[in-house]
Amino acid sequence: MNRIYILLLTVVFLFSACSRKETVAPAGNGQLATLSVQFDNIVGAKNLQLNTGVYVNASGETFRISLLQYYISNISVQDANGKAYTVPQDSSYFLVSEENAASQFVKVRVPEGDYQRLTFTLGVDSLRNTMDISKRTGVLDPSTGMDNGMYWSWNSGYIFFKMEGTSDAAPADPSGQHKFRYHIGGFGGYSAPTINNIKTITIDLRPAGVAKVRSGREANVHLLVDVMQVFNGRTKVSIAQNPTVMFSNFSTGIADNYAEMFTHDHTEN
Amino acid sequence: MERRLFSTEGRFVMQDRLWMKMRGMLLRAYSKLTAMHHKLWITLLATSLISFSCSRTEKDAPFQGFTTPANFPAPVYDLARNPVTSAGFELGRQLFYEPRLSRNNTISCGDCHLQTSAFTHHGHDVSHGIDDRLGSRNAPPIMNLAWHPSYMLDGGIFDLDLQPIAPITNPVEMDETMENVLQKLRGMPAYTRLFEKAFGTPEITTARFNKAMAQFMVMVVSNHSKYDEVMRHNGAGFSPEEAAGYEVFKQQCNSCHREPLFSDFSFRNNGIGAGPNDDKGRYEITLNPADAYKFKVPSLRNLGFTAPYMHDGRFRTLEGVLGHYEKEIQPMATLDPLLKEGVHLSPTDKKNLLAFLQTLNDTSFITDRRFAEQP
Repeated sequence: MNRIYILLLTVVFLFSACSRKETVAPAGNGQLATLSVQFDNIVGAKNLQLNTGVYVNASGETFRISLLQYYISNISVQDANGKAYTVPQDSSYFLVSEENAASQFVKVRVPEGDYQRLTFTLGVDSLRNTMDISKRTGVLDPSTGMDNGMYWSWNSGYIFFKMEGTSDAAPADPSGQHKFRYHIGGFGGYSAPTINNIKTITIDLRPAGVAKVRSGREANVHLLVDVMQVFNGRTKVSIAQNPTVMFSNFSTGIADNYAEMFTHDHTEN
Repeated sequence: MERRLFSTEGRFVMQDRLWMKMRGMLLRAYSKLTAMHHKLWITLLATSLISFSCSRTEKDAPFQGFTTPANFPAPVYDLARNPVTSAGFELGRQLFYEPRLSRNNTISCGDCHLQTSAFTHHGHDVSHGIDDRLGSRNAPPIMNLAWHPSYMLDGGIFDLDLQPIAPITNPVEMDETMENVLQKLRGMPAYTRLFEKAFGTPEITTARFNKAMAQFMVMVVSNHSKYDEVMRHNGAGFSPEEAAGYEVFKQQCNSCHREPLFSDFSFRNNGIGAGPNDDKGRYEITLNPADAYKFKVPSLRNLGFTAPYMHDGRFRTLEGVLGHYEKEIQPMATLDPLLKEGVHLSPTDKKNLLAFLQTLNDTSFITDRRFAEQP
């Protein structure tokens, strides 16, 4: 009697496992395929054009942007059942640069499936910030991939977000230029707590299109990244009052703002 | 690439372990044999000596690796993560004295960290780096770094393997990028050979560069002062003045400048008051107002060679420093509670204390050929 019961249970279990495989993503055999996430930088109603584009923020200050770079890391996706897949961490660090078009397409390998949520970190997680130097390769290597310096050597840690530009609103610096410089980092401190500007961003892909990841194709989640938010978000940032923001308490306001830059425009499946 | 790096490092660890094992076995064999025939013992000793000298290429004493002095605690630096090898140490030393680490190939680490002044910049309140640009703080000594839980006077760097990047990229020190430094080294066969010797393959990477430098820096240990010899009961003894000064030290100084490293490596405001540049020290790292004007407690070792004193080198003499603690402490919000009442010393106490402090000088350290630029 008992044996039959166990057998029945096993069969039911097997069937249920099989049926799930066939109808619900991620598709069964865990075959990895490419998911592309596009970080399309814009400034309010305009496309971002380095050096040439002219923009006006909520404080009425006219500005241009000459440099924009930020880290995207720790990417994970979630299907309709809430099943999440996290990209292996060593393959999950990217430096998006406005100067480098290819860098704006972050490509990861995830199991085939339909994904309705995308989660990533803007910045570099605290663990990686404290890891052995041999674990800091690729875009995290202080000698490569970060031409414009995304690492604070004097206060060990990565700069998560770097935006520089010019504005008449900015006071002249010692070199006579009217520049604003926002270098935002801070992973919470190593031996004493301090500011933490790491932001985790989760985007519901359903309204603008789930990502259907299949082998032989490349689903592309097209995100718009509105850097105007840096000035016009919850913390109003005036270039005249804050032309330079680096490792300071005020930077947390900018970080709160940059967490709100991302909207999902559409998905190309 | 990364995997290859690991496997070669692993091989070095293995070699080191094997060596330690062999050494242990030999030592045990010796001690057994001492009870046996003398002749056999001597033959064995001679054989091992011959093989020893054969396996060594350099003329100096055989490479000892990192060892913890008998009167020191266990090091903080994780040596298992970066085992010190002879080749790694030599590469690190070569890099320490390499001016190509600077933008115009003029400044090496050794320029502001002079061995003759216990790896500080003697006679400079703040140091001059590239193009004679001035820094804002006094160059701290490269000494006993394996016991430091953090680096720089504000503790902003928490891993010795990350430390070299700071002076290299600082615009007033070396003003160079890591990328350029590695490119310059890659173009020199002498360096690719040294990296291959140290790490198994000739690749020059950020990690290898910094690990080699760390291997040199942790080896720069000062532990042969008169104080050390007295503490290790090596026959040396304090003079009556020094002994009396040691008592004063234990009462008045030891709570911050803790033995045997003569620092507890905490961050404290010792009441010297803000300097002209209003350097807030530890606050710059934590942004915590309670840390304003705090700096890392410096070690007192080799203080006879490291004048001037304090984070900005404002005191030229030790008498000046003691004078500050006696009567010039400034009331500040973050002043260390231990200094609220000042430090009271009789003229005799002061004389004895100064005599004791000179026993912390380690002449063999500042003349040790192993730490010097090689011909």
